[in-house]
Amino acid sequence: MTTYVPLAYSDLIVAAALVAINGAISFVYGLKLEKTLAIASLRMIVQLAAVALILKFIFAQTSPLWTVLFASVMAVAAGAEIIMRQEHRFAGWRAMLLSSSPAFLAGLLTTFIALAVIQPQPWHAPRILLPLLGMLVGNSLSGVALVLDSMTSAAIRERAQIEARLALGATRFVAFEDILRRSLRTGLMPILNAMAAAGVVSLPGMMTGQILAGIDPVEAAKYQVLIMFLIAGATSVAVLAGALASVWLLTDERHRLRLDRLNAHADARRS
Amino acid sequence: MLRIDALKVDPLPPLSFSVANGECMAIEGPSGSGKTRLLRAIADLHPAAGHVFLNGAERHEIPAPEWRKRVRYASSEPAWWTATARQAFDLSEKTAQSKLDRLLTAVALTPKSLDAPLSELSTGERQRLALARALIDEPSVLLLDEPASGLDPQTAALVEELIRFQLLAGRSVVFASHDQAQINRLADARLQLAKPLPVRGGQRA
Repeated sequence: MTTYVPLAYSDLIVAAALVAINGAISFVYGLKLEKTLAIASLRMIVQLAAVALILKFIFAQTSPLWTVLFASVMAVAAGAEIIMRQEHRFAGWRAMLLSSSPAFLAGLLTTFIALAVIQPQPWHAPRILLPLLGMLVGNSLSGVALVLDSMTSAAIRERAQIEARLALGATRFVAFEDILRRSLRTGLMPILNAMAAAGVVSLPGMMTGQILAGIDPVEAAKYQVLIMFLIAGATSVAVLAGALASVWLLTDERHRLRLDRLNAHADARRS
Repeated sequence: MLRIDALKVDPLPPLSFSVANGECMAIEGPSGSGKTRLLRAIADLHPAAGHVFLNGAERHEIPAPEWRKRVRYASSEPAWWTATARQAFDLSEKTAQSKLDRLLTAVALTPKSLDAPLSELSTGERQRLALARALIDEPSVLLLDEPASGLDPQTAALVEELIRFQLLAGRSVVFASHDQAQINRLADARLQLAKPLPVRGGQRA
């Protein structure tokens, strides 16, 4: 059994040298990415260092209130990230409600399922709960961003079709049924592809990390299977909730299409 | 009877009028005067303050989908969400197929047009299929937006004949039109919308 190999800071400098190669390529080909690259690298170091220190602090606390606080920050950050990726955003409270709730609630739900499986002592041990929650929310977030973008873009593009169905007496969910189906597929495709490719095309990051840290590959694989199912579960719930919530917000209680609630943002970050 | 009471469709002044069963009202006005928006507001597709009554019942007392089954708006540019027209019709009811056959005959279409890809039909054919789609479940009020636009004179005459038949059956009809001759032939009453809506942000809401 191999043991955990601690990393020295000098090891990280060797890895950082690889980024310098990126910078050189950017310089030679005039890609003008040097500055972006430098900022992204620094941001990553600062963010991970900060989160490590915060987690170290929270792990040392006994009060679950710190865990709740950290989870709340996560929810807001997830919402902001999803909003950033939308070309057509809802105005005001609707934007935040729609973007943060599905991913966070689905992440929370699956985290509790995971806790029931892993049974840490105490059950709310932040060392187990927070990384799980972060990973599940983070992964559902991509699905939610995709499904919301697909729903709002389709509603704008197919406005005439939706209104034709509403005019004939369809309810808002019937008028949106085709768009909902297509958007759900769009939102779920990445996680299905990721499950199918796991281990063949790429060794998942968590499993790689565990193996590098000295865990038996079979044990690491068992954890990875658990994690993949949790991510798939969280993503499915989040994508469905996001799609249904979009129908609810794109229409009103009189089953009218309300595109006036959307603002267009041409600067949306695509991922 | 359709009764409109102080319906506020921006930026028109509040409008009040009524259309009896079997009566036909024309809405006139230049492009951009709010004809479409008014029709959509009556069908409750466009939010508007004020009251709309059908046979004494206010629209908000009735679930919106049910309201639109009775107060039917038909767009001047009908949209389809299916590959063929047949898929857009609910033919589950026993009498639906025979009603549809009669409507198609009335607008000079053959049943073949139901199964042709919609993209291969002419604008006029799609327009008439959409009229059949709007009439098949026998709404009490018809709100027709430019009902004969894009049709040749013979087919337009067929459509007008179908509208007259709806009036004889006791339905109320409100239609928007630019065509003075058509208004003269069909309308019992007229509503003139004068001022064009101001164009905001390059697009009319």
